[in-house]
Amino acid sequence: MEPFRRLDAVAVPLGEPNIDTDRIIPARFLSRLRSVDHAPFLFHDARRLPGSDDENPAFPLNRPEWRAARIVVAGRNFACGSSREAAVWALYDHGVRCAVAPSFGDIFRNNAMKNGLLPVALPAEAVADLLAQLEARPGATVSVDLPAQTVTFPDGATHGFDVDPFDKQCLLEGLDELAYTLSLTDEITAFERRMGRENAPP
Amino acid sequence: MPAQAPRTLFDKIWAAHVVDTLPDGTALLYIDLHLTHEVTTPQAFEGLRAAGRKVRRPEATLAVVDHNIATDETRRTGIGDAESRLQVETLERNVSEFGVPYIPLLDDRQGIVHIIGPELGRSLPGMTIVCGDSHTSTHGAMGALAFGIGTSEVEHVLATQTLLQKPAKNMRVSVDGDLAFGCSAKDIVLAIIGKIGTAGGTGHVVEYAGDAIRALDMAGRMTVCNMSIEGGARAGMIAPDQTTFDYIARTPYGPKGEALEGALRWWRTLPSDEGARFDREVTLDAHAIAPQVTWGTSPEDVLPITGTVPDPDEAGDEARRAQLHRMMEYMGLQPGQRLQDLPVDVVFIGSCTNSRIEDIRAAAAVARGRKVAEGVRALVVPGSGLVKKQAEREGLDRILREAGFEWREAGCSMCLGMNPDKLKPGQRCASTSNRNFEGRQGQGGRTHLLSPAMAAAAALAGKLADVRDWQPKGTA
Repeated sequence: MEPFRRLDAVAVPLGEPNIDTDRIIPARFLSRLRSVDHAPFLFHDARRLPGSDDENPAFPLNRPEWRAARIVVAGRNFACGSSREAAVWALYDHGVRCAVAPSFGDIFRNNAMKNGLLPVALPAEAVADLLAQLEARPGATVSVDLPAQTVTFPDGATHGFDVDPFDKQCLLEGLDELAYTLSLTDEITAFERRMGRENAPP
Repeated sequence: MPAQAPRTLFDKIWAAHVVDTLPDGTALLYIDLHLTHEVTTPQAFEGLRAAGRKVRRPEATLAVVDHNIATDETRRTGIGDAESRLQVETLERNVSEFGVPYIPLLDDRQGIVHIIGPELGRSLPGMTIVCGDSHTSTHGAMGALAFGIGTSEVEHVLATQTLLQKPAKNMRVSVDGDLAFGCSAKDIVLAIIGKIGTAGGTGHVVEYAGDAIRALDMAGRMTVCNMSIEGGARAGMIAPDQTTFDYIARTPYGPKGEALEGALRWWRTLPSDEGARFDREVTLDAHAIAPQVTWGTSPEDVLPITGTVPDPDEAGDEARRAQLHRMMEYMGLQPGQRLQDLPVDVVFIGSCTNSRIEDIRAAAAVARGRKVAEGVRALVVPGSGLVKKQAEREGLDRILREAGFEWREAGCSMCLGMNPDKLKPGQRCASTSNRNFEGRQGQGGRTHLLSPAMAAAAALAGKLADVRDWQPKGTA
């Protein structure tokens, strides 16, 4: 996993609440391995005019100022719904490394952390303020500092955010959780013995 | 926590599965049962293979195909879509290589992963159960801690039989009183989501309690727990009781004899202690719940069937107004429209929310002796091959077919738009599934979520209808 430390990047406002993972990547694109570039599937249907392959010019990610956005700022309960990790892959392959919202779908948050995409939860008023700034100045940049746990808005205001220490360490070091857990194999084996959950003999 | 402090059902199951705790409180949690399907596993097995790792406990893993497959006769002649076919073939290769028990497509026990776990007696009280699917919360109805995970976590569980998890907060939703005429478990859970909102349970594990929940059969409890994720909760659970134990005794692979007696001694200690602390409590009056139907593109946008489409201009703030306008445009609705006047093109009775035998009985009771309205396509998709056989033994398939419903093979079908059963753009569907998201049932499709009996009534009426006006003719 690519480490995450600091990010200064264009932020795109997607201010609606409850943007679900079906909208981030429709189910018909879930039959692909991770090695496939998932960027073309990001908001696939929302980015197009209904019943056509033509771009919907009103969709924020289609606007020239926001095409290269690496930060998504969204309404409450961002990426709720399905557990599909491809929602993270689509954002990541597009270049997005951070999502800011008042709250996130729980599974998306976990999936994001495991792929080096930082979910930042800020109070609803702060997110509303940030959305307004981004709408007023399309293409404005936002700075995210993970070691300091701060987000700096285009107007210079800085907001702190919470992140669990273990998640922070994994992101900062690009640490693979699985490798960490495998270092606890003896503890897992001891637990299985204690709790009677050993493999049945062949 | 002091040893004597009263604990919740969630606290007890959590504590019994902690292998190790990190300084920041993150727990290494042991997983008892790992359910897998074709869509969220290929990358996980690929990761194991690349690192030369094994599946730590194959016999604590169960694989089945459900999402991608056709639910008509074409399933016997092979999957048409090349990518879907590849995913199914990949799962078959992976389970064979890694020694994971697998229920093949043409096995009677095949079905939706969340239907077959409880049905076969694999999902049991006190267990930790995960699956790469958000509706894993369904299994919480057994008195288990069950939640959905992503593909990286699937690989983690395959390799280690554990997950690194943050402790969740406890929330209790109590539904008291008798359920009103015409209402079912689906109406309860839709009403709960309408009350708490789709982010209402974020960061919490919800325990459903109260006499209306206790009175539900296991199918109803699974319907309620299934949609916990639509209320934002990672998991939903219901304390195991005699209803649970009687259900398990009838399953093919549940513990029997002495093993069952031993298990029961533990299971009886699981319900939340008197005085256990919940971080959040919500209560609903069951009798006040009317048959529910969603009108928007989020499950929280739900109303009684007697309701009318809301007026965006009466919404509290600008963001909500914009959201309502967008939803109405997508759904093809006008403010003030009566929900009961909305014509439907398709009716879908199925999905991990509502495809158990009890759901099919409820639909058949309404459909018996009546006809699906002209121009309406109505599908009934049993949740498993065993449900299908049971329904056929009871003659429910005949009742439904005579009424004009299609009677299909088991699978996820029209719930999620990734197999041949899809809505066409603009089609309006009365659906017993769990998500009304934009494009969920097919690009441009319009979904109204409701109960199986309400869905059957909609099929007969050709529009959303109040099931209380469509009472069974004679006895089903």
